[in-house]
Amino acid sequence: MSRVVHIASNTFREAVRDRVLYNLVAFAVLLSGAAILVGQISIDIERLVVVNLGLTAVSLFGVVIAIFIGIGLVSKEIEKRTLYTVLSRPVRRWEFIVGKFFGLTGTLVVNTVCMAIGVFAALLYVSHKFQASDRWILVALYFIVLQFLILCSLTLLFSSFSSPLLSAVFAFSLFVIGSFAEDLRGFAGMSHGLTQGLATGAAYLVPNFSALNVIGQVAHEQAISGRLIAYNTGYALAYSAMAICGAVLIFERRNLK
Amino acid sequence: MFAIETINLEKTYAVGFWRKKPRVALRPLNLAVEEGEVFGFLGPNGAGKTTTLKLLMGLVLPTGGTARILGKSINEAEVKAQIGFLPEQPYFYDYLTAKELLEYYARLSGVEPKERTGKIDAMLERVGLKESAHVQLRKFSKGMLQRVGLAQAILHDPKVVFLDEPMSGLDPTGRREVRDLMEELKQQGKTVFFSTHILSDAEALCDRVAVIHRGELRGIGRVAELTASVAGKVEMIWNGNAVPAGFSGLGAECHISGDTIRAALPEAQQEAALEILRRERLRLISLTPVRSSLEEYYLQKVNSAAKPAGVAQ
Repeated sequence: MSRVVHIASNTFREAVRDRVLYNLVAFAVLLSGAAILVGQISIDIERLVVVNLGLTAVSLFGVVIAIFIGIGLVSKEIEKRTLYTVLSRPVRRWEFIVGKFFGLTGTLVVNTVCMAIGVFAALLYVSHKFQASDRWILVALYFIVLQFLILCSLTLLFSSFSSPLLSAVFAFSLFVIGSFAEDLRGFAGMSHGLTQGLATGAAYLVPNFSALNVIGQVAHEQAISGRLIAYNTGYALAYSAMAICGAVLIFERRNLK
Repeated sequence: MFAIETINLEKTYAVGFWRKKPRVALRPLNLAVEEGEVFGFLGPNGAGKTTTLKLLMGLVLPTGGTARILGKSINEAEVKAQIGFLPEQPYFYDYLTAKELLEYYARLSGVEPKERTGKIDAMLERVGLKESAHVQLRKFSKGMLQRVGLAQAILHDPKVVFLDEPMSGLDPTGRREVRDLMEELKQQGKTVFFSTHILSDAEALCDRVAVIHRGELRGIGRVAELTASVAGKVEMIWNGNAVPAGFSGLGAECHISGDTIRAALPEAQQEAALEILRRERLRLISLTPVRSSLEEYYLQKVNSAAKPAGVAQ
C-alpha cells in the first residue's frame, strides 16, 4: 500500500510543478473576479450569479485539468519510458494505476479547495456575510469532487489503452453525454422497442453527471437531501471503482513496447 | 541455482491494422547465467536484446516459455526487490532533482528509511553527481542522465543488475567510469547482465557472451575461450625495411610499417621464418600466437545462417 502512496505523491508533485496547472488556477481566479464584477452589476441577484458562475468555473476548470492531466498519466510514462524503472521494482501494475488515480484526484481536491476559497471570498465580497444556506455550496463542491473522481477514473481507463488525443475525445464526450444523463433516461422512458433498450442501456452506462450537478439548486438556496448525498457518494465510488478495475485489467495485459 | 534462466522464452507481436500479421521479436530462448557472472548480450540493432530484457523485467508479456531470476518467477515482488535495471537511453521524471528521484526509487524498492539518506548521498558521490544532487533532471546532459540511471539501478543493492546499452551516449571518460563500476559490481559478487553492441566493452568486462540476431540466439561462450589462440597461426614482428625473399614461399601475409615488419604465417613455417631472420641478421621484436577477436566471433555468428535454438549454459 505504501507504494501506492509514493506513486500518488509523485503524481501530485508532477502536477504541482506543471506550469499548465498554475495557468488553469490563474484562469479560475480570473473567472471568480469576473463573477464579482457580474454580481455588482446584477441588481439583487448578486449571490445567485456569484454562486452559479463560481461553481461552474470550479467544475469546468477541474474537468479540463482532469482530462488534460489524466490522458497522459499512463501514455506519457510509456512514451518517455519512465515506467520501465518503476515496474522493474517491486511495484505491481495495479499499484501503479491506483497510485496514479489517487495522485490525480488528490491534485483536483487541492485545486478545488483553492478555487472554493476563491468562490467563498467572492460571495463574502458581494453579500458581506455568510448565511445558513451557504452550507449547501459545500455539498455542491463535494458533488463536483465526486464528478472529478469519476472523470479521473475514466481518463485513466482510456489512457490505459488509447492515445492521449483519443482518450481526451472519449473522456470529454462522456462528460458531455453524462451531463445530460437524466434527459437520456427520460428519453429512454418515452421510447419503445429496440430504441428503448439501447437508450436505457446507454443511459445507465454513461456516468450520471447530471445527478451530481446541483449548482442551480444551491444558487437558489434550495436544500440538498441527505439521501441524494448518500446515493451520489455510493454511485461515484462504485462507478470509479469499476472504471479503475477496467483500467487495471487492461494495463495488466499490456505490452510496454 | 542460476541467477537468470530462460526456458523457451519467446515473443511474437501481432501487427497490422487487424493485428493478424505475426512479427517474431524473440524465438525460443534458452539461456542460463550463473550467479556472480558478468554476461554480455551482443547483437546488432533490432536483434532482440531489448525485447529479452523487457521480458525479463516483466514489461512485455511472453508469448511462450518462462523466465526465472534467482530461481523464482520474474513476477514475484521478492525477486524484483533483488534486481536493478537501467533501460536503454533512460529518461526520468525531469521535474525531480537527482536526489528526489533516487529517494522516490528507494521508497519504491523498500529501502529502510533510516538507511535511505545515507545510501542516496553515497550513491550520488559514487556516480559523480554529488554537486548536482539538487538540480532538476531537465537540466542534465545525456551522460549525467546515464549516471543517474546507473545510480537508480544499484541504489538498493540488488543481487542481479540488468543494463541495456549502459555505455550508450557516454564520452570516453564516462565509458571508463561505467566500466569501473561494472568491475566493482563483479568484485562484490553481483550478477551483471548487459546488452551492448560495443564489442571492446564486452571483451574487457564479460565472463561470457551470447550473440543474438533476428530474435535468435546464434552463439554463446566464454570470452577467454572465444579469444583463445587460433590453431596453427603465429604473428612475427621484426625490424627491417623490406620483406626477405624467402618469406614469399612460407605463405606469410606481410605488412610494412616504417622500419617494422609484421607477418602472419602458418605455425608450421615458424622455424623456417626464424632461420631466415637469423640468416639475414634481422632483429626479432615479438613472436606470438594469433588470437581470435570477439569481433570475428560476433561477425561469424551474425553472418551465419539461422540455426535451431539449443539449451545454452
